[in-house]
Amino acid sequence: MAAKQTYKSSLSIPSQTERLNDVREFVSGLARVHGFAEDDINKIAIAVDEACTNIIKHGYNFAPDKKIDVEIVRRGNDFEIVISDKGKQFDASAIQTPDMKDYLEHYRRGGLGVYLMKRIMDKVEFNLLSDRNVLRMTKTLN
Amino acid sequence: MSDFKVTIRSRDNNIHVLELKGYLDAHTTPALEDSFQKMLNEKKYRLIVNCKELSYISSAGLGVFMAFIEDVRANDGDIKMSDMSPKVFNIFDLLGFPMLYDIVPAEEEAAKKFDMTK
Repeated sequence: MAAKQTYKSSLSIPSQTERLNDVREFVSGLARVHGFAEDDINKIAIAVDEACTNIIKHGYNFAPDKKIDVEIVRRGNDFEIVISDKGKQFDASAIQTPDMKDYLEHYRRGGLGVYLMKRIMDKVEFNLLSDRNVLRMTKTLN
Repeated sequence: MSDFKVTIRSRDNNIHVLELKGYLDAHTTPALEDSFQKMLNEKKYRLIVNCKELSYISSAGLGVFMAFIEDVRANDGDIKMSDMSPKVFNIFDLLGFPMLYDIVPAEEEAAKKFDMTK
């Protein structure tokens, strides 16, 4: 039997970096209500920020009039964040995990968003649908 | 909108302190880039970034430090960081930044480390 869905909430923002704070406040507020500790709340906010920043930069190439949909679904102890956009298709398999020692030694820049998302969330899944990209990230309440 | 501010002040021994306040994300990074660029233009290379009032940092913010460290060190300087909250330090630490940067608990300690090098 599928886990019982207990909660759902959503927010849409235009594809503008000045709206990142709104998304962070939205997810942080809900994460707090659902009982996460401050450290996890910060991590959830960062993961969502990284995802939206990537969409604004790479998916929409900074076009300010596109849309990003963020949905929060609580299933049992899982706090799931689903982020959808209709920008350029994002092929997550093309993203390589950086070797941080090499990265730092060679003063590289950028490309840490997906890595960070994977480090701080319990599950990160990218799906390419015919008309949109869907990113699903999960943090489980202990 | 995210709130972020950089305040620059000078200390003895040609050390300059960048005090960060607020939220450092993809929207606010230009303010920090401009401040580092100003330091470089003025040939100020002994820099302490005081993070006491830095509430938040994303990878866009971390990227700014990566963009300037090489130039600063090429001129015998350094970017040292101090006074980070555990929340902010945690993100630097997750990505291994303490391998590359001096991150110390207090600004005085960062200043002493510079004193030892000159």
